[in-house]
Amino acid sequence: MRGAVRIQALLWRVPWLRAWLLLTPPLAWFVLVYLAALVLLLVTAFWTIDTFTTQIVQVWNLDNFRTIFTEPAYRRIIGRTVTMAVLVTVTDALLAFPFAYYMARVASRRTQTLLFAAVLLPLWASYLARVYAWILILNHDGVLNWSLQSIGLPPANIGYTNVAMWVVFSYIWLPFMIIPVYAAMERVPESLLEAAADLGARRWRAVRDVVLPLALPGIAAGSIFTFSLTLGDFITPILVGGAGSSFIGNVVYSSVGIANNVPFAAALAMIPVAIMAVYLLGAKRLGAFEAL
Amino acid sequence: MEGIWTKLALRLWAVLLLLFLFFPILLIFFYAFNTSNIESWPIPGLTLKWFSSTWNDREVRQALLLSLKAGLTATVLALVLGSCAAFAIHRMTFFGRDVVSLLFILPLALPGIITGMALNAFFSFNGVTLSIWTIVVGHTTFCIVVVYNNVLARLRRTQGSLIEAAMDLGANGFQTFRDITLPLISTAVVAGGMLAFALSFDEVIVTTFTAGAQNTLPLWIFGAIRLGQRLPEVNVVVSFVILVTVIPVVIAARLTGGGGVAKVQAR
Repeated sequence: MRGAVRIQALLWRVPWLRAWLLLTPPLAWFVLVYLAALVLLLVTAFWTIDTFTTQIVQVWNLDNFRTIFTEPAYRRIIGRTVTMAVLVTVTDALLAFPFAYYMARVASRRTQTLLFAAVLLPLWASYLARVYAWILILNHDGVLNWSLQSIGLPPANIGYTNVAMWVVFSYIWLPFMIIPVYAAMERVPESLLEAAADLGARRWRAVRDVVLPLALPGIAAGSIFTFSLTLGDFITPILVGGAGSSFIGNVVYSSVGIANNVPFAAALAMIPVAIMAVYLLGAKRLGAFEAL
Repeated sequence: MEGIWTKLALRLWAVLLLLFLFFPILLIFFYAFNTSNIESWPIPGLTLKWFSSTWNDREVRQALLLSLKAGLTATVLALVLGSCAAFAIHRMTFFGRDVVSLLFILPLALPGIITGMALNAFFSFNGVTLSIWTIVVGHTTFCIVVVYNNVLARLRRTQGSLIEAAMDLGANGFQTFRDITLPLISTAVVAGGMLAFALSFDEVIVTTFTAGAQNTLPLWIFGAIRLGQRLPEVNVVVSFVILVTVIPVVIAARLTGGGGVAKVQAR
């Protein structure tokens, strides 16, 4: 008993000892499992496999990266993935801006809380469920074609195309854009807009020259999510994409699962990481991290 | 300030966007009662028959069981490790604290495919056979952050003087923890656990790389949708998964006043 008390007293008096005792289990988990795995992945990218045995050959080389940058097929896939990520980000920013503006500057306090919850809820409702819902909506006999035909328009037939992917991605990641834009806009003081009005700015001018620049860090913060989540996804292209809809993630996925070529998959997986690193630097300059 | 027409237009936009957000989710619940086994609109009638056939499906049951086991184990591990991490980081200034903090957030910041692949390569490199335990390792890694964020946020809002007062009044370390610290942080811990479970129960990307031959519920759904098979059962299972992921989040939001829920980013 005395010993226990002495240990407790020691731990209380030596805070760093207590901190390190507490920190060791989670830190060990992260370093020994997660960090080790990430480092291994990075190293593997510079290895190759024996094409006959599919065994990994631990010889340092840049063959995987050479293949990625010289084969036009891979460049097309990287181009498609990045284009989609940009399109989705722009779409979500356009959808989110008026909504966030309404939330932050027009709605009552009570409505604001309700809307906030309403935006968060779909975010948590199963990812697969939300993708699946769009298969039901966009397929040949789905809600969309039915609705169009019942008002006398031709069917859209966008199921299993790149357009379908664009719609689904924009839908799934939309809350990630709304929340930071709303947070940024809520911080714009009303007095700034009053000042703009006093100086003779019309409301639209004030929105363009005062609200938009101040909301930009929020948009940048939201775009980190919409951009990176689209960039790394492979489930949605498999489920709602068509024949020519492969993303970087799909090639990575099939390189691991089907071809068993982990080194090539690892090298390819470095592409979105590198793109994200560049993107994050850009977003940081727009003040995205302060808005997170 | 805004003109009446601008206000009206903005309100209309908000209503349309809410419809856009919720219509697909509500549609799935509707389809779960579809009498036809063909997923076309409008559905011909309503029935409950798919609920019993799904419940009696052996594959679905096994997948559900695996999801529950893996989710609960990962949640418990994440609770222990995440709370430890939060206590250590809270008010301790040591060299490399920001680096450690960043490390815990990494699994949510990096695309899930990177985490999944890295773990997959790690397991095969070390000769570990994929099983429920490899799933648990993957899930725990990204669930720790959720608990860590929630507990740390609560610790930052509680006053250290309460703990010092208890010590001054003669309570030992264990008594102080049981009677002061634990009641103060308990709701944050519970909320963190709820969010961790919700995150794990729905996870598909990391799981595809860490699961062996067995299916979790999301893996079963993914496979069924991909092959276009047993879609009536998919409707039921998917409706169920929505409820299982949303209900804990609503509870967690109530326990933490909403702050903890907003901060978390799914991958």
